Amino acid sequence: MSEIRIQREDFDPGAEIAALQSAGAVGAIASFIGLVRSDGGMEAMTLDHYPGFAEREIGAHVQEARSRWPLLGVRVVHRVGRLTPGERIVFVGVSSSHRQAAFAAAEFLMDYLKTRAPFWKLEERETGATWVEARESDDESVKRWR
Amino acid sequence: MKLLYFAWVRQRIGRSEEDLTVPASVSTVAALIEYLRGRGAGYEAAFRDAALLRCAVNQEHARFDAKIGPNDEIAFFPPVTGG
Repeated sequence: MSEIRIQREDFDPGAEIAALQSAGAVGAIASFIGLVRSDGGMEAMTLDHYPGFAEREIGAHVQEARSRWPLLGVRVVHRVGRLTPGERIVFVGVSSSHRQAAFAAAEFLMDYLKTRAPFWKLEERETGATWVEARESDDESVKRWR
Repeated sequence: MKLLYFAWVRQRIGRSEEDLTVPASVSTVAALIEYLRGRGAGYEAAFRDAALLRCAVNQEHARFDAKIGPNDEIAFFPPVTGG
């Protein structure tokens, strides 16, 4: 069972983990929660996304994770809209029979989400708001999964 | 056709989406970009450097030589930056 949600509102990590627990042969759940950092005096950031397209793109990577590891449940929740430092922005939770697959798949999905997921970020600083530019080269964290 | 704009493409154009009827000769994404550039200063600013743009046709990544028709949903946006 996979669930992918893109939403403005906050999420409840405990509820997400509990939902992963319910499948039959779960022996391990790995979860990751990302928070907004205040790098370089960033005051807020606004995430823009393309509804439908974003869920499909992320869904394709969830399918890839499932083809690589024997996973039971996968839950991805990503927030959009205006977020300030310290707020939760992303949840990835993966359940499996054994911990190795859960750890690896959660890290694989986060590496993808941080570098390739279809979002656009507008960062607000004292000097004004600027759109974050895409990195030209492949991120090392994604390369190692090839 | 339905057009969608995201991030700075949306900001420069000043709208997030629109329904547009284009001449039959506008049958590829590249031709649509040229057509849109003529619609005003905001469009010109958004589409001036097509190398900075990415596009999706009916919610799938598409190249600029992709064929388009009146019932398609076409989105323009900068390269994605991750979450």
